[in-house]
Amino acid sequence: MPLGFTAIYWRDMIKFARSKAMIFLSLLQPVLWLVFYGISMSNNTGLFFAGTSVAPPDAITVSYMTFITSGVIGMTILFTCLYSGQNLQFDKQYGLMKTIVVSPMPRSQILIGTTLSGITKCLIQTTIITLFGYILGAQLFAGFLLSNIITSAIGLILFSILFSAGLMFLSNMIGLKVNNHDVSQAIMALLTLPLFFASNALYPAETLPFTMKLLCYVNPLAYFIDSVRYFTIGPNFYAFGFNYQIGLEGLLSSFIALGIFALVMFVLAIFVIKNIRDF
Amino acid sequence: MKDAIINVEGLSHSYGKTVAVDNIYFHVEEGQIFSFLGPNGAGKTTTINLLITLLRIQKGQVTISGVNVAKNPDAVRRNIGVVFQDHRLDRDLTIWETLEFHGKIHSLPKETRRQRITELLNIVELGDKRNAFIKNLSGGMKRSVEIARGLLVHPKVLFLDEPTIGLDTKARQRIWHYIKQINREENVTVFLTTHYMDEADQYSHEICIIDKGKIMANGSSSSLKNAIGKDIYHIKTTDDLKASQILANLPEISHVEKNSNGLLLHLKNNELSASKLVESLTIHQIKLGNLNLLKPTLDDVFIYYTGREIDSTVDA
Repeated sequence: MPLGFTAIYWRDMIKFARSKAMIFLSLLQPVLWLVFYGISMSNNTGLFFAGTSVAPPDAITVSYMTFITSGVIGMTILFTCLYSGQNLQFDKQYGLMKTIVVSPMPRSQILIGTTLSGITKCLIQTTIITLFGYILGAQLFAGFLLSNIITSAIGLILFSILFSAGLMFLSNMIGLKVNNHDVSQAIMALLTLPLFFASNALYPAETLPFTMKLLCYVNPLAYFIDSVRYFTIGPNFYAFGFNYQIGLEGLLSSFIALGIFALVMFVLAIFVIKNIRDF
Repeated sequence: MKDAIINVEGLSHSYGKTVAVDNIYFHVEEGQIFSFLGPNGAGKTTTINLLITLLRIQKGQVTISGVNVAKNPDAVRRNIGVVFQDHRLDRDLTIWETLEFHGKIHSLPKETRRQRITELLNIVELGDKRNAFIKNLSGGMKRSVEIARGLLVHPKVLFLDEPTIGLDTKARQRIWHYIKQINREENVTVFLTTHYMDEADQYSHEICIIDKGKIMANGSSSSLKNAIGKDIYHIKTTDDLKASQILANLPEISHVEKNSNGLLLHLKNNELSASKLVESLTIHQIKLGNLNLLKPTLDDVFIYYTGREIDSTVDA
């Protein structure tokens, strides 16, 4: 088995660990969302979301902060992965890619290495944001037994890996294809906005208009956030008057959707890296 | 051509309608230092990129160490080391990390890798700087790191695109010393492009001049020089006018040219001895003030074939 991807991974992680400012700034953004958006909206959910149903007394009811912590985790992974694709573009721009592709290492190893480093960064961020959400009062894993917390954490890690892998393949593909830094910035911005807002990150998708709801059905972010809520809150809960029934079937469809997303992106990215000529 | 490690037959390459390489043929024998010379835009880099599998071969056939470059690029990549023209280093890594990274990419086992890196760093005299960041290195040091990187895997053929550009004289000599050393001791064939005529002249076994995508001349430095012309005597006498008339009649001299500093005697077949020259002047009471034997340089060869001087403005 070729192990060239470990070299790529090793290099990415050294550079990541070294860029303290970058780590700090990349964590600051989700934290700012939680602090500014989360806290201010928490005081207004009654106003904005006049609930259609009233939670029965024995149901799990969670705060808005709890609700959007999952959304912010999804958003952070989305942003981190999509912008990571630019690393390959810089490698191309500074000619480093040439020194890599004249080695006998299969090109697919480049893709695997960068994807694994992207996943690692996302897992670190997910952990920190979960902790920070907890500090800000999000009721995560509330009422879970220790064994439940462990299985949930494992499930969370698994789904995070699946989601970030798909995104890394996508962003690497863009990084390899687009030679202009400004253009790729614009593409990323263009992608993140609809993916983020046509999802259930900040509000329930049920309230969205029909076309946006359709977008939501093909949006991997929405499936991922569903799974995060399943693992951190539970299969069935109430938030600001809405009943969320994710259930096992919801989790399963999330798994299938994210699996298909990762697989399709993997196949496309492999095709792109094998056929690219202008390194 | 059973000894040819690089064999190029009818290679052509064009970018759209611009023909960069036009039906070239050459071969490099195993164990040689082969210099590829040409003015900027002559097709040198395109040719190298075709040989090192960075460009897809459109027309013609190239084999390196018996492996067809178009059909089996991965096998070719296992046999070559490359040093590119511009600095291609990750600014945010240290010297040691840069070499470790490339050793890992080439799947060198840990022990071999570290031993080789230490050995190479000592040769390029960066052993004590192994933990310095690339971004803090001088241009010369960066070049040294890149050369060490190209030699990391004991390649069969080492491609060097302008290897010593930007280095001071001492560093150039050191790099050449090592290139010659590995060429000799590890039998690595070296394929290089350079702007330094003196380096090509001094170090290469074989020189190939390319211009406008075509091979203009090919051979050893001395055969190329002999092909363009014979030796020239540069003399200064007490009576240049009279001397030029006398000497023009000597059978060994093809013609005499006058310049502000004296006379240039173009020889027919390099067989005029200095003593005969002095003798033929003394009998006419002309005294010789100065005598220099001028041999054609590689610069002359280059200008002869390309019609221009090599662009030396890049010698930063």
